[in-house]
Formats: sequence, structure tokens, C-alpha cells
Amino acid sequence: MRAVAIVGLGKTPFGAFQDRDLRSLGVEAGRKCLEDAGAAPSQVEAFYLGNFAGPSFAGQNHLAPYVAGAMGIEGVPATRCEAACASGGSAFFHAYSSVAAGLYDVVLVTGVEKMTSQSTPRVSEILAGAGDMAGEIKAGGTFAALFAMIARRHMHQYGTTREQMAAVAVKNHANAFKNPYAHMRKLITLEQALAGKPIAEPLTIYDCSLISDGAASLLLAPLDRASEFAGQPVLVAGIAQTSGPVALDRREDITTFTAVRTAAQKACRMAGVGAPEIQFAEVHDCFTIAEIMALEDLGFVGPGEGGPYVQQGATALGGERPVNASGGLKAKGHPVGATGAAQICDVAEQIRGAAGDRQVRNHDLGLAQNLGGSGATAVVTILRAVR
Amino acid sequence: MTPQPLGSGKIYTETVVWSAPEAHLKEAPYQMAIVVLSAGGRLTARILGDRVQIGDAVTFAEYRDGVPFFRKAA
Repeated sequence: MRAVAIVGLGKTPFGAFQDRDLRSLGVEAGRKCLEDAGAAPSQVEAFYLGNFAGPSFAGQNHLAPYVAGAMGIEGVPATRCEAACASGGSAFFHAYSSVAAGLYDVVLVTGVEKMTSQSTPRVSEILAGAGDMAGEIKAGGTFAALFAMIARRHMHQYGTTREQMAAVAVKNHANAFKNPYAHMRKLITLEQALAGKPIAEPLTIYDCSLISDGAASLLLAPLDRASEFAGQPVLVAGIAQTSGPVALDRREDITTFTAVRTAAQKACRMAGVGAPEIQFAEVHDCFTIAEIMALEDLGFVGPGEGGPYVQQGATALGGERPVNASGGLKAKGHPVGATGAAQICDVAEQIRGAAGDRQVRNHDLGLAQNLGGSGATAVVTILRAVR
Repeated sequence: MTPQPLGSGKIYTETVVWSAPEAHLKEAPYQMAIVVLSAGGRLTARILGDRVQIGDAVTFAEYRDGVPFFRKAA
């Protein structure tokens, strides 16, 4: 396998954009990415689109050539990857694989979702399609309900507290406040987070990520061709995509995502690093409990130690291992198909030292963790500075 | 095929849903849970009557539209 580098990054702001459609968001991110790389659409040899539910949200299908064509990319393979909220990460994984295998040299990845044109109950219903429709969803489950059941069990098994979950929200809002691309740039207090309206007990509105519109793109090329591009290259040091059962009630223990543990171990082995060496991370905080579990599943702390780790400030922007310096899904926003690609963009931006007010201190080795559904897909990507 | 009664079980985890999806809007708030069945296996069910907590014993009550409902054991 060849070494692969990210040679271009492009993101749209995340938010609720009444006047924007899926295609225009995807095109904006793709164009910005090609511009960053100093590359022309004609150089792109393959295109991977991460998108969860464009057909349900917008009625449009056949989305990969639909978006690629609007960017001026035609004639090459254009493929949509769907893996629920890990669609963006999965698209990146497949793009990476095709370059590493030597199939193509220059490959563009775009993750995009347009969600805010639907009511919240309808959005819940569309998102629920990533769960087991014949069981947990038929019984009235939403993703908030599934993660609420996970949170209850985590609290029961390990003594994790609502204060620790709220601390994730407070931290991520503080980080998003410094991110001009974030959906919600609003500071919140612990008291506010604890007093939020209930969504699915014990989760309140402040434990839930946002319903957002947005897109993010990355351009990949073999490391030995990286100097041909304008963008400062970042090495894809390790990457893995894994899967697990879709339904929660098919698992013995729901306080850990086996798919995330396995992906993290594989990606670390590939990168030749141990989890403790990872300096910073963007993790999939679709709900606050998911960030606490990510810290444990990625191996930063032991089982049950995620809550205290957040509470003591270790994952704050100035802490020993900043997590979700971007504001995370919680406050940066969560346009589901875009999220995995945006996380990798955010880690790459940190490694370039280009993250502005939210720049982390040590930024040579960073990780992005993208989760699909309640853990049925996981993608872990480790990026390293090119020296 | 008529669904079989499920007998008794224990609550593995639970939540009370306040923000329901479109299809269940009128039922909110409602409690759902993962039940570990005494006969083996586990499933996602709805709870009738009194609220339950992790570890509580429950018994099968009925099916509604194919969804199993349990209630707290007396």
C-alpha cells in the first residue's frame, strides 16, 4: 500500500440555511477544497460522496454524480457512501483505500447533508431509519432514546453523572464559540445544561447534537505527489472502518461500542502509535454520553473513566488532550453525512496549525472518530504532520 | 402466526421519551426499555403503568401492533 496524504480541505459553515440546497452546499465545499489544493476539477480521478438521507430529506437520489457534475467533475466514477452518521467517514475510508491501493491518484471526498427543511419529529423519523426498524424503532425509539438507554446503563454501571455529561456540552459550546464555521456560537453554563427540557431521560436538549446543514471536502493524493499541490499536506497515518450489530438489544454490553474499540486498535496499529500518544481528537458527540464513551473506547482512559476525565478539564482546549476543539457535533453542528468528513478536515486544520483561536498546543498527531447509528459503523482516522 | 406471550424478565436499561418521532407523537411521554427475558434473550419493549428502573422485574402484558408491552411485576 502507498502512503496517502490529504492535500486539500474545504468546508461550508454549518447552520440552518433556508436558501441553500444539498447540491450548492456540496459544491461550495468541493470548490473550496480544490482551490486549497490548487487543483482543477479535471484532475479528479474519482469522487466519493458521504450522505445519509438526501433522498428522504430532499427527495433527490443518485446524489454522487448529481453533486460531482455541478462541480465540473464528469466521466469519472462518482459513488455515494451511506453508513448513517458515519457516511462522511466511510466515504473518506473508501477514497483513501482507492488511492492507497494504487487505483487512482487524485480523489475527492465530499460529505454533505441538508436537514433543516424538515420538522424535528420528521427529522427524528428519518434518522431513526439508521436503527432497527423492526424492533427498537417500531417500539417508539429515536436516536435520543437509544443513547438515553445507553446513558442510563453507563450511569448504573460506572456512576457516570448528569453533571459529567453536561460538562461535555459546556466545553463543546465554549469551543464552538471560537469557531466561525460553527452552527451554535453560544456559551452555556452547567446549570443551564442540567435544566434543559427533557428529550429522552436522562438526556436533555443540551445533551443532543444539532440538526444542521453543511458540507466538507478533502482531496487525497499519494504522499509522493503531495508537493504538486498547493495545500500543506497531512499524512493519513492510520485508518479503519468497522461494523457491529445495528440493534442495541443484540449486544451484551451497551456501555461500549465494540466497533469503535476495534477501529481504534486497527488504526493505531497501522499508524504505529499507542492511544496515549494521540495529542488531540475530534470525536462523535452526537449525544454527550457518546463523547464520554469515545474517550473510553479509543483507549484514552479506562472503562467508566470518561466522565471524570471530562469533568477534571483534561479534554478542554487547554487541557492535556483537547477533544472536539471545533465544538463537536454538539455545537459545531451535525449535518450527518458531512460530519465524518468535517471531523477529518478539523483535525487536518489543527495539524497544519491553521485552527485560529481554537488551535491546540500539541498538534503533530490527531484522531477523528466517526460513529454510525448507535455503533453499527465506526471509522477511526489518525492523521500526522508531514515532516 | 400469533405472537407468543413472553413471560417475565428484568429491566436492563430504560428511558422515558419526551420528544417522540412523528409516528408516536400522541403517545409521548412514554417509557421504553430493554428487557432481559427469564427464558433467555433480550428485546426492546414498551412499559405500561408504573415507571420501572434498571433491575426491576417485569411481566409481559400484551402486543400492540407487534410491539411487546411489559408492566412492573406485582
